[in-house]
Amino acid sequence: MPDTTYLYLIPFLPLAGFACLGLFGRRFPGQTSGWLATACIAVSAAMALSTAFGYFSDWGREGGGYASLQPIDVPWLVFTEELAIHLGVLLDPISVMMICIVTFVSLMVHVYSLGYLKGADRLPTYFAFLGLFTFSMLGLVMSSNLFQMYICWELVGVSSFLLIGFYFSSPAAVAASKKAFIVTRFADLGFLIGILILGEGADSYDFLTIIERLTATMDPNYAAVMAPTFLGFSVIGWGLGLVFIGGMGKSAMFPLHIWLPDAMEGPTPVSALIHAATMVVAGVFLVARLFPVYAVSVPELLSWVTLIGVFSALFAAVIACTQTDIKRVLAYSTMSQIGFMMFALGVSGYGGEAGLGYMASQFHLFTHALFKALLFLCAGAVIHAVHSNELKDMGGLRHRLPVTHACFLIACLAIAGLPPLAGFFSKEEILLAAYQRNHTVFYLALATSGLTAFYMFRLYFNIFWGQGGATGHHGHGEGGGFMMVPLVILSMGAIGAGFVPFGQFVTSDRLPLETHLHLGFSIAPVALGLAGIGLAALLYRKPSPLPGQIASRLGAVYETVYDRFYVDELYQFVTKQVVFRCIGAPAAWVDRHVVNGLVDFTGNTALKLSETVKGLQSGRVQQYALVFLCGLLLLGLLLMYIF
Amino acid sequence: MKTEWMVMAILLAVLLFRLGRGLAQSTLLSLVQLLLLLSTALSLTGDSTTPLFGGMYLNGPLAAFQKSVLLFAAWMISLLFSDWQRESSHLSEYLILLLSSLLGMCFMVSSGNLLMLYLSLELATIPMAAAANLDLGRKRSSEGAMKLILSSAFSSGVLLFGISWVYGTTGSLDFGVIAKGIDGSPLQTLAFMFLFAAFAFKMSAVPFHLWTADVYQGSPMPVTAYLSVVSKGSMAFVLVNLLHGMFRSMSGAWYHLLMVVVLATLVVGNLFALRQQDIKRFLAFSSIAQVGFILLGMTGVRPLGPSAVTYFVLIYILSNLAAFGVAALVSARTGIEDIPSYKGLAKSNPFLAWMMALSLFSLAGIPPTAGFFAKMFLIVEGAWQGDYWFVVAAAINIAVSLYYYMRIVRLLFSEPEKSIPTLVPAPSERLGLLVCAVGMVLAGLLSWIYDHISTLN
Repeated sequence: MPDTTYLYLIPFLPLAGFACLGLFGRRFPGQTSGWLATACIAVSAAMALSTAFGYFSDWGREGGGYASLQPIDVPWLVFTEELAIHLGVLLDPISVMMICIVTFVSLMVHVYSLGYLKGADRLPTYFAFLGLFTFSMLGLVMSSNLFQMYICWELVGVSSFLLIGFYFSSPAAVAASKKAFIVTRFADLGFLIGILILGEGADSYDFLTIIERLTATMDPNYAAVMAPTFLGFSVIGWGLGLVFIGGMGKSAMFPLHIWLPDAMEGPTPVSALIHAATMVVAGVFLVARLFPVYAVSVPELLSWVTLIGVFSALFAAVIACTQTDIKRVLAYSTMSQIGFMMFALGVSGYGGEAGLGYMASQFHLFTHALFKALLFLCAGAVIHAVHSNELKDMGGLRHRLPVTHACFLIACLAIAGLPPLAGFFSKEEILLAAYQRNHTVFYLALATSGLTAFYMFRLYFNIFWGQGGATGHHGHGEGGGFMMVPLVILSMGAIGAGFVPFGQFVTSDRLPLETHLHLGFSIAPVALGLAGIGLAALLYRKPSPLPGQIASRLGAVYETVYDRFYVDELYQFVTKQVVFRCIGAPAAWVDRHVVNGLVDFTGNTALKLSETVKGLQSGRVQQYALVFLCGLLLLGLLLMYIF
Repeated sequence: MKTEWMVMAILLAVLLFRLGRGLAQSTLLSLVQLLLLLSTALSLTGDSTTPLFGGMYLNGPLAAFQKSVLLFAAWMISLLFSDWQRESSHLSEYLILLLSSLLGMCFMVSSGNLLMLYLSLELATIPMAAAANLDLGRKRSSEGAMKLILSSAFSSGVLLFGISWVYGTTGSLDFGVIAKGIDGSPLQTLAFMFLFAAFAFKMSAVPFHLWTADVYQGSPMPVTAYLSVVSKGSMAFVLVNLLHGMFRSMSGAWYHLLMVVVLATLVVGNLFALRQQDIKRFLAFSSIAQVGFILLGMTGVRPLGPSAVTYFVLIYILSNLAAFGVAALVSARTGIEDIPSYKGLAKSNPFLAWMMALSLFSLAGIPPTAGFFAKMFLIVEGAWQGDYWFVVAAAINIAVSLYYYMRIVRLLFSEPEKSIPTLVPAPSERLGLLVCAVGMVLAGLLSWIYDHISTLN
């Protein structure tokens, strides 16, 4: 193995960019800040790609498969002997793949932003935040232990919060950033507690050690964590379940998905980077990281993963068919595709042929990052041209935006799963994995895949075909070269990524897995995809009254779907009626009656008297002393008779 | 006793200058700032550990470090609140009171005898009651001072009552002898409860916290900061020593007692802080919630307790003082004290806004600020003992506190409605804020700081 200590530079270069722009950003004239940030990330990306090349072709090989290496491992906060937080880098196929995706997509987004945000206010801040995000995300995927991952996990959340709220003068953006922060925060609470449980169960926070100890049936830790505890679940079941809740929050799985569509208030390149390609797959990555423990110790938890994944996939796809905001459609489509990745993990076993789902899920993560980033960047170009997110303002753009049109079409075909584009291969593997395990899941996935083709092409025809929208003739044409180059590069990825022999590189047990394409098996998904596209073409290619008629025929059903099954309203209801009523109101009551009560009570009469008199004669000090004494006696009784 | 000697020397110097009336306000202040810095640095070089006065005064490496922390905090206060201090007509009185209280705290941390403990506790408290009254023109200030002295007298009574029972059941006032005589009999349990209540009162833990709001709001800003940060820190040092020293054999009982108090403190502190619109009241109530975390650190039955608390208090001092410092500066220059008026501070005063944001991040426990590590560590301690329900409750409280801290950060960086004039901090204020900021970042990132503290125990 060559000297890989340079690895720490991959995350730290974007961080250096962040620090530099954060501190001195204002002094940089014009676009300089963007160039600096782009240069940092370009070097990172080059290093990440060369690391990947070296790892997969040379020094990462070990006994026919790939090794899990820890080239950097520094004890950092040594609290006690058992409890120490290390800083380290864990290199294995998934982390190597992730650093490539993150740095590459981030680089594309940086370049694109140079054109997209040209002349905008607060450019240095924007690029600084992008750098912070890239650093945190890289730190997250390279972490060698749960604590480091948690720290980066939180930082990713913070930078996402900052970037969603970047247009802070828009109230919607501020509300969305808050929502994203709060929802994921509460999910992270699960993650944190899960970490603590896992850490205690394995007596370590290190991934490799945890996996080693909690999957070996002979290990004393294993026996201890398998014993049933609270509510009949084992310790490890609780730990992994809570960790999965953290993953659900970040990956926008039902029912914690409500923040993702709103997060689209952020700048479009940010949506491409954070809310499509990288951060939102953190949950998938997390499950994949701990996958051996899931698969060996609590396989029943994987059924939950499957259930939540497949449900989220279908649920989001149905909603995506009705939305009219281009970015929201893409957001639901992201949620749906992550659902695919999740249930692929859920139906997977550990090792050998059974691990097909794991491989498929990571493969889909890889291809999805490329074509979904492409879709968002194209959407950005469209929004740039028409200054609106609404489909009704678009239409007939294929002549005005030829490059964007071509790229968007490629991405749509890829996500619809048509051969020979990237999405076809990865989705095919997922469907095959589902078919081998569970036929119900397979049919649901198949239906979702048909829906995917339909709603993506609904979007495509609405934007690029039909008639020009209301504001269609006032906007400008294609963005400059900075916006076009990333589109073209990513489209090449969306075309070619499927031909990567992924099973050779990334598998559950790190040994190569031979994958075969079954031509017969592919017929159904491809046919369904084509049918979806055909239907979309029929309905939306030319202006027609049909879609409206169908919507009104469906009536309440359509309304329900359009309003996203009222999940947001349900949350509103729960927070407003239950949380505020049951917790907030009593708190307010205590506040009003215990602290302010006497002021109000005596205050009104005493107001006419002087302030001093009120202050000294209100009797509050005596009351304080009384509370003091009662509390003392109560605690004393507790102490004597209960503890 | 080096630290105490130095504090006494500074105290004496201020007293002499006051009598001679030979120095201008700002010169006197700068001199005290310099001397406090010097003595902080000197106190870090270590101190002899021989017991003095027949065991009345004990000094260990951890106690010496805790005193350095207190001195450092006093130095920070002298730097951060220079606006108020320079304009105060009673600067030297204020300094004398502050230093006397600091001296009391130093003796308190080192006391080895209940009598000594009581005396130094009074020395630490009574000057603060006088200092709370230093905004002579404001009636609220006098009211706060009055309430502080009355409530303190009450808690002292309770403390003395407890001490007398301890003496009655063990026949000694010496910590070492008492520790051997503690067997958890009902009388001793009640005596312990009285001692605990007195310290819980000083730390404003629930249900002994009611005095806090009035006193904090009435006092001048530096006194509020001193009371809510330095005073609480020193009380935490003493309480953790008592719990892990004298009452160690009762740890099974006080562990659960602490749990109840911690939960009550966290919940009440958070619920009140949620609703505050006045920055001073907000900081005061959020500091009640922070005390919950300090107390949580004391539950660590393993030998780590005292070091964990020392570390947490250090971080708490850095974070809270920076927030108070910014609030004091803004309030002194513009009169703004309600939180909504902070909207858009970042636009005109990026430095102040970032300092405020950093300290709120640290108080909220967001990585990579030191507050994150402190909280994470305390929670891990709790989890290690298997009290998951408790850990969950604490974690939920962290989440709630995040909400209200972030609310302010968001305001700071929003578009301003009314523009706030650009405020130029005085050099000393700038220095103080920068030291706090560096501390907040480094205390978490540099592992040797914690390692150092844990080797002292």
